[in-house]
Amino acid sequence: MEHETVHPPMSYKALAAVLVALLLLTVVTVAVSYVDLGFFNVPVALGVACLKVTLVLLFFMHLKYEGPIIVFSFIGTVTFLIIMIGFTFWDVAFR
Amino acid sequence: MHRESDQVGIKIGMWLFLYSEIILFGGLFVLYAAYFFEHPQSFVAGGKELNRIIGALNTIVLLVSSFTVAASITAIRRDDAKRAQRLLLFSLLCGVVFLVNKYFEWGAKIDHGIYPNSETLVNGEPGLNIFFGLYYVITGLHGLHVIIGMALLAVSLFFIRSGRVSGSRYAMLDNAGLYWHLVDLIWIFVFPLFYLVL
Repeated sequence: MEHETVHPPMSYKALAAVLVALLLLTVVTVAVSYVDLGFFNVPVALGVACLKVTLVLLFFMHLKYEGPIIVFSFIGTVTFLIIMIGFTFWDVAFR
Repeated sequence: MHRESDQVGIKIGMWLFLYSEIILFGGLFVLYAAYFFEHPQSFVAGGKELNRIIGALNTIVLLVSSFTVAASITAIRRDDAKRAQRLLLFSLLCGVVFLVNKYFEWGAKIDHGIYPNSETLVNGEPGLNIFFGLYYVITGLHGLHVIIGMALLAVSLFFIRSGRVSGSRYAMLDNAGLYWHLVDLIWIFVFPLFYLVL
């Protein structure tokens, strides 16, 4: 654990850049929601949401700078979530 | 007496708690997915009832407040307690704005007879009833998290003022920030699921 040094604080500029990206992505999802893409509306909306969540996790929640314990346990949680949502939905859809 | 605080341990503990929160909301999203598959038309009709503009506004409010919380951590670590306090105060204000928006949104729905166990919903289409049931449970639980997050931020603000949180000891603020970002994270999914279904 000794090599787990504290990362330096993120600069205001970097944080602001993340915020701008998040706001732009919000504008994109809202704009796309007015266009009827048929089946593709849901995947696009969720795709943009995943992108936004990734930005928040990596930079605001500084997951990018965390040690292996937190990174791998987080990946484990997401994997479990995907199994839970995916398999349940699979069961409902192809019953 | 010199007390060593285990920074990594504190962080891992907070993340473990956040995982349980993620699974909690994940379970609700499973319900949403399954019922959306069963009643796609009703969910689309229900989504049209919700105000996209208010939803987008609340998204922006939460994103900005997430930024100010992250910035306040940078400020405290640079020993700029004044700026950290101002940023936290602004974040709290954002939380209030979010809740006020929510109040008006729920109020308008309830005025239209759309609330759990209302006659419009019970005698109407079952899919619409499920959609608004999920809407109230998920946004309600999320709203509760906003209130808890604001309480944690307020405590951190108080601790900065009293000097218990400082540039060398900021775990409380860091963890309160993580919680606040989680609230933001959940909203990022709630927003398209409820407001943007076409």
